[in-house]
Amino acid sequence: MAISEKDVKHVAWLARLALSDTEVERFAKQLDVILEHAGKIAELDTKDVQPTAHAIPLKNVLREDKVGRCLAPEVALANAPHQEDQAFVVPRIV
Amino acid sequence: MKLFELTIHELHEKLVSKEISAKELAESVFSRIDDVEERVKSYITVTRDEAFAKADEIDKKIASGERIGPLAGIPTAIKDVMNTEGIRTTCGSKILDNYIPVYTSTAVKNLLEEGIVMTGKTNMDEFAMGSSTENSGFFVTRNPWDLERVPGGSSGGSASVVAADEAIFSLGSDTGGSIRQPAALCGIVGMKPTYGLVSRFGLIAFASSLDQIGPFTKDVTDCAIVLNHLIGHDINDSTSVKIDKPDYTKALVNDLNGITIGVPKELMAEGIDPKIKAVIENALKLLEDNGAVVAETSLPNIEHSLSAYYIIAPAEASSNLARFDGVRYGYRVPDAEDLIDMYMRTRAEGFGDEVKRRIMLGTYALSAGYYDAYYGQAQKVRTLIMDDFNRAFADYDVLVSPTTPTTAFKIGEKVDDPLAMYLSDICTIPVNLAGLPGISVPCGTVDGLPVGLQVIGKTLGEEMMLRVAYSFEQSFGWSEKPKL
Amino acid sequence: MEYESVIGLEIHVELDTESKMFCSCSTRFGEAPNTQTCPVCLGMPGSLPVPNKKAVEYVIRTGLAIFCDISLFSQFHRKNYFYPDMPKNYQISQYDIPLCIDGHVDLEMEDYATTIGVTRIHLEEDTGKLLHIGGAGRIAGADYSQVDFNRAGVPLMEIVSEPDIRTPEEAKTYAQKIRAILVSLGVSDCNMDQGSMRVDANISLRPVGREEFGVKAELKNLNSFRSLQRGLAYEIERQTKALQSGEAIVQETRHWDETKNTTSTLRTKEYAHDYRYFPDPDLVPMEFDPEWIEGLRAELPELPDERRERYMKDFGLPAHDANLLVETKATGDFFEAAVALYSGDAKIMSNWILGDLTYYLNAENVEIDAGEVKPAHLVEMVDLIDDGTISGKIAKEIISEMFKTGKMPKAIVEEKGMTQISGQDEIAKIVDDVIAQNPDAVQEFHDGKERAFGFLVGQAMRLTKGRGNPQLINKLLKEKL
Repeated sequence: MAISEKDVKHVAWLARLALSDTEVERFAKQLDVILEHAGKIAELDTKDVQPTAHAIPLKNVLREDKVGRCLAPEVALANAPHQEDQAFVVPRIV
Repeated sequence: MKLFELTIHELHEKLVSKEISAKELAESVFSRIDDVEERVKSYITVTRDEAFAKADEIDKKIASGERIGPLAGIPTAIKDVMNTEGIRTTCGSKILDNYIPVYTSTAVKNLLEEGIVMTGKTNMDEFAMGSSTENSGFFVTRNPWDLERVPGGSSGGSASVVAADEAIFSLGSDTGGSIRQPAALCGIVGMKPTYGLVSRFGLIAFASSLDQIGPFTKDVTDCAIVLNHLIGHDINDSTSVKIDKPDYTKALVNDLNGITIGVPKELMAEGIDPKIKAVIENALKLLEDNGAVVAETSLPNIEHSLSAYYIIAPAEASSNLARFDGVRYGYRVPDAEDLIDMYMRTRAEGFGDEVKRRIMLGTYALSAGYYDAYYGQAQKVRTLIMDDFNRAFADYDVLVSPTTPTTAFKIGEKVDDPLAMYLSDICTIPVNLAGLPGISVPCGTVDGLPVGLQVIGKTLGEEMMLRVAYSFEQSFGWSEKPKL
Repeated sequence: MEYESVIGLEIHVELDTESKMFCSCSTRFGEAPNTQTCPVCLGMPGSLPVPNKKAVEYVIRTGLAIFCDISLFSQFHRKNYFYPDMPKNYQISQYDIPLCIDGHVDLEMEDYATTIGVTRIHLEEDTGKLLHIGGAGRIAGADYSQVDFNRAGVPLMEIVSEPDIRTPEEAKTYAQKIRAILVSLGVSDCNMDQGSMRVDANISLRPVGREEFGVKAELKNLNSFRSLQRGLAYEIERQTKALQSGEAIVQETRHWDETKNTTSTLRTKEYAHDYRYFPDPDLVPMEFDPEWIEGLRAELPELPDERRERYMKDFGLPAHDANLLVETKATGDFFEAAVALYSGDAKIMSNWILGDLTYYLNAENVEIDAGEVKPAHLVEMVDLIDDGTISGKIAKEIISEMFKTGKMPKAIVEEKGMTQISGQDEIAKIVDDVIAQNPDAVQEFHDGKERAFGFLVGQAMRLTKGRGNPQLINKLLKEKL
């Protein structure tokens, strides 16, 4: 087994996804098949291989420190599910 | 021929010569949409009013004698993964059901400035995760060649929309084959440029190091025309490359003399439907007959592509999709007890199963204790795959392969078997991992369903790739259309 | 058992750039909520970051100033965790290759010197601000919270020290020194009130002589140098008591309460953190040319240590004065401006600045460069003392007046008639009066009680309303008695 139901519950927590028990069971099976397949690369000898993050080797892409236009606050908040006093509102945190 | 059946370059001539107006063209395309959309279901959102307003604008320009570019007045569909200011953009997800962007993606903006008439936003697998468009949060798009079959994915709507003549061309995005695979299954041309050539700014990210926007067109000439206006350095995208913009239409030379073409044997091996292999072998023969030197080559590490891809792409996605949390935009559960409850249920209700699978897969691959074995190792495998391509490109101008291992499969056939679904991108994924350009051109049919030939170019080798694709298209003379 | 405290500081500093770290929104402080945002710093779908060159430069300058190694290759990572003040639910930060590593800061304490190692300096983006509604504004007990993203994406530099700090005083001195350096470099205003400098402290105790560390607590909400020092002192006391009574220290985050003078466990639920750092695929690596870095090094302004040396060498100041004068850049600038205008001994100027002026500034909680008293005020006042126009005692009153009104000393002296009485005859007459009016004290003086003399001088000063020349009063009083 590459991944257990306990692992699935843990990653679902890290990713903030509520799962039912039957979903945990189903996803665990599916993810296990995928990870069994994907995990095969662990066997490759890559001791002297450098990782590639991007296929195109760009570097030092930086912008000058110049101020540009911001969104009007009503535009920034236009899609907010809940707003008040020109701020986004979230339910109690603790 | 109806106007909606024509290509960009044919329509441009008619617009310039005032044989037709942009309004007539828009009317033609929208009448086609009215006829077939109910059966094909390409569009999530149709922007009819905006389209006619824009067509009017273009007609006024033409009437006033202003010169128009080759894309002006051309009805264009946009995959719903690209932000369009003021026009609902869902990314195929319930979590963005009501999301109205406040800005437009650079790629779409580039085309809007060229005068395209946007017809609407096309259906897709949710967050571009899928190979059949069955993972759309809204409905399933059908393949115009056989309505019981999938159009491919994730850009299924953008492929079917062109195949069904519901737009003259469209934009899609390709992370592991999401343009080339549906183009092949729908019998049209689909192209993924070199990573970094087209700005990703405003493209809702799936896997940032792999995503690339590209066109679906009816022929290679249209592809080159669109590409001319799609590319360009963007200061808002750190991964955007700076090059002098070529005129890709100049690369459209019907001559393959002396061109070397490599055929990676791993992409003609088991797993590829023998009937597809036969069609591809005919295509290779045609290329040879036209003067190309065709030979077998090898990319020994690409057997690991799928593994590397299904670690890297979900890992990046797990982080990219964290922002969909119900705080600033999109869906939020109405009755959350507290913040955690709001996060957990908003995301559980807003995302579909495939998205959840990939988020969890990626989260797992990045989590403590697994990073090195999964993500770290996948990045190294990526290096090995790139090295393979570099070695092959030392000997060959382009590489060719089938675009897909099978023709369009039945709706529902693979939905419960994620791994089987993933295997349908086996020929296209390595190209994304190496950041290379790839194009799929129609090269025949199997049992009445289209087959695509994939031409893979060197990094920024779009011109040679287009030349080979164009030459093939000219000598093959494809003219079949789906019957709707 | 004797315990030794082991302290490390994490200092977060907002960099003084015009625009944010990854977008061009303004970094201005104090604007109306959500007026300084864009698709990038709101984490809208499809938006992409492009790093601010100046912010990178500022971090490297800081690294050079505190003797760090500058990484020739560096990159940004994503730190993944969900929190509503973070628009993308990941923070773009740095992980295994920060811009600067392995630096140090030398501290001059009252009677010893020490060196604090700096592990790393990295660059990241700040979060938005939460406003808790209900529950007296505290997160615990609030009904809901409002989020303002104006601050989200402001460039944030984190300076992590080695656990080399041994006392709350050292912690305070180290943090003040860091501030002085950053202000001298011009990379941040380090305003703790506005949160542009924030200090977290890790503290543990261990028996004296032992190598390994004890269990640490992380202290938060240290909003001033004073609370840094007091919070740590409290925590040392708390942990010492716990250890002495055999209790185990729990690894936790504790909140310093300035009004209650205590620390308490932050009431956050305990969740497993797994930040899943990975290189941000939206950004490309940074590679620096060593020559460019040397260029930045050559352009470094004078730093507090160099300034202190110069004050001791050029102005002959004692180490004590020099240390205090360079504690903030503004104090040093004030001193130098004053010395440039003044022809007398720099030590006299130092005395006035570090004595009376500082007293008033502290009492009113005003920064030296924001107060009414400018170097020209102070110099004019000292000149008036030097030429005998006023006494030192009068000068103290003048400072108070200048501080309130910003008027020049000469104007105050004229307005209030504060000039010193130095006329021999005038003083002699007053001395006679004092002797005549205080026969008891005169008698006590003759009986050998020295204190009585002081009383008589005081009486003379009183009669002159403090304007009498004290030397002259002393002299004449002694003669006449």
